[in-house]
Amino acid sequence: MEDVLQQLINGLSLGSIYALIALGYTMVYGILQLINFAHGDIYMIGAFVGYFCMSSLQLGFFESLLIAMVACSILGALIERIAYKPLRNSTRIALLITAIGVSLVLEYTMVYFVGAGVRSYPPLPEFMIGSFNFGGVIIKNLQILIVGISVTLMIALQLIVKKTKVGKAMRAVSQDAETARLMGINVDNIISVTFMLGSALAGAAGVLVGVYYNSINPLMGLMPGLKAFVAAVFGGIGLIPGALLGAYVVGSLETFVAATGNSMFRDAVVFAVLIAILIVKPTGLLGKNVKEKV
Amino acid sequence: MKRITLGLAAAAIGMSMFVGCAGDPAPSSSAPTSSESTGPAPSSPESTGPETIRIGINYELSGGVAAYGQASVIGIEMAVDEVNAAGGINGKTVELVKYDNKSEEAEATTLATKMMTQDNILAAIGPATSSRFMATIPVANQNKIPVISGSATADAVTQGPNGVQPYAFRICFNDSFQGTAMANYASRTLNAKSAVIFKDSSSDYAKGLAENFNSTFVANGGTIVGEEAYVAKDTDFNATLTRIRGMEFDVMYLPGYYEEVGLIIKAARELGITAPILGADGFDAPELLDLAGAAALNDIYFTNHYSSLDQDPKVLAFIAAYKAKHGQDPNAFHALGYDTAMFVMDAIGRASSLTGEAVQAALAATKDFPAVTGTLSVDENHNPVKAIVVVGLKDGVESTSEKINP
Repeated sequence: MEDVLQQLINGLSLGSIYALIALGYTMVYGILQLINFAHGDIYMIGAFVGYFCMSSLQLGFFESLLIAMVACSILGALIERIAYKPLRNSTRIALLITAIGVSLVLEYTMVYFVGAGVRSYPPLPEFMIGSFNFGGVIIKNLQILIVGISVTLMIALQLIVKKTKVGKAMRAVSQDAETARLMGINVDNIISVTFMLGSALAGAAGVLVGVYYNSINPLMGLMPGLKAFVAAVFGGIGLIPGALLGAYVVGSLETFVAATGNSMFRDAVVFAVLIAILIVKPTGLLGKNVKEKV
Repeated sequence: MKRITLGLAAAAIGMSMFVGCAGDPAPSSSAPTSSESTGPAPSSPESTGPETIRIGINYELSGGVAAYGQASVIGIEMAVDEVNAAGGINGKTVELVKYDNKSEEAEATTLATKMMTQDNILAAIGPATSSRFMATIPVANQNKIPVISGSATADAVTQGPNGVQPYAFRICFNDSFQGTAMANYASRTLNAKSAVIFKDSSSDYAKGLAENFNSTFVANGGTIVGEEAYVAKDTDFNATLTRIRGMEFDVMYLPGYYEEVGLIIKAARELGITAPILGADGFDAPELLDLAGAAALNDIYFTNHYSSLDQDPKVLAFIAAYKAKHGQDPNAFHALGYDTAMFVMDAIGRASSLTGEAVQAALAATKDFPAVTGTLSVDENHNPVKAIVVVGLKDGVESTSEKINP
């Protein structure tokens, strides 16, 4: 029994990380219909920014998290302006291939500057190290922190999208960019804001993963990026609640498969489930309301 | 527009050529080897009189596993300096012909051919890793010049499809010996009756270790209660470790490299797994301490080539000499490089004549050679028969070391 609860906690922590990355994927897709393959690498950059803040600059965890989020949002906006905006009227395949190119540029620029080896985060402050033991179920402070920060950021995102003027404009652009432009909305700025929000979440995920697993490297964004993409498609790409649901399902599924002793099939099962979902329900789990994107 | 671009391109090419010419030092390309960019060529190949003995160095000095190659060469140079300072081999000075194979197999083959056909060497040392070393063996057999590696541990290195490779030698134990030795240590010293194996299923090294640990541990009367696997580059091991935590076992064997093993140890200790964790020489890297953290690195035992805690006078002398020169403790690769060079020079000293065949025969006949990493004899498969060291960690630093004789 305690092992089942322990596995649930493992799945929840993993799912929270996927959720933070998946949200960026789904927001960008909702507004541009672009699968931003560089998103996983923005997450990687976030992890490295956090690493340099905590090791070289000796900053605390929360300051580093904030700086990483700001740095990633600037990077996200820059990438959009430099790489995607000039292609706004090109085919979607051109955009997609550009996204893959941006992903490789980010990865190998980092390999050039920091080397391909793994790095570990500096020792963490006291309040992050301990754990609680509830009759054999061990909950690490870090897991509480990860779930807590993730949920806080997701609520903040939901408030921005639902309650603010920018959020309203984002929803308008995602429904119909042309009409939104006619209504006086600056579509380019709204797209930039969307990239910034999504990238900030990815940056936060990067720092959280860095402290949680204690191992970062320039190619770390590849697999989590793909998994988060699966999560976003799983829940219905373009839908924020869908990305959340998908991420927690993917995280729990992976944990469950490994928990039954089939860790070698973990990734295969995740992708097989994706294929099954797409065959049965091409719009994803929550994807019936096609018009209400973001 | 097109014409302008073309013109610009042409201009750019012209410029770069000009810069290239200007950057070139005084023409010195008359010597046959000085145009080689792979490494410092011997200063004057023709001057090889009967007074010097040439040994080739074919190591990974740049590229992916440069750390292994660089450390080995430091050890080799230390050994050669010592021998030369003591009068050389039978009065002849030893000269190293050093090349960088860039951690590439094709480059290793090319360099082996070059040093054996042009540089007049008696034996070649290196490369450090199994696959690159194996790439040089056919060249060695063809030219009848022995090649010796200090750290190529794969089982297949000295065993070709047609039996033993006549001109290939190594001074490190092979992977199956490591797995067997650790299983014996677990059942005899740690009194373990049951074990869990959690292996890196993407490397032949880890799979070979797991297989040999498994068969020896079972032969000793123990049981393997679970065998789990991961893939290199994984970072989340919580689910599998939670599963392992539910099993009853005395020790956990983790064949793999420090990159993942560090994270597994950390996660296992955090989940409350307190059983001893066993491993192999893949644990021997300073990064292990960073990844796992000192608090998690208790009750960790791994097989290694050498331990800096060894109180053997030979080892103490080596450590002192190394420290005097480089200011820090040597690692296993420094020691293996040193031993390889000493081993080769010992055989050259005993060889009946200064030819590749004679040196090969002397190497194959080596008995009880006193190396820093353990006294060794060469067996009929050109593998060393030598002791293995089991290192124990306490708070991340080596606290115990025990020699296990074969």
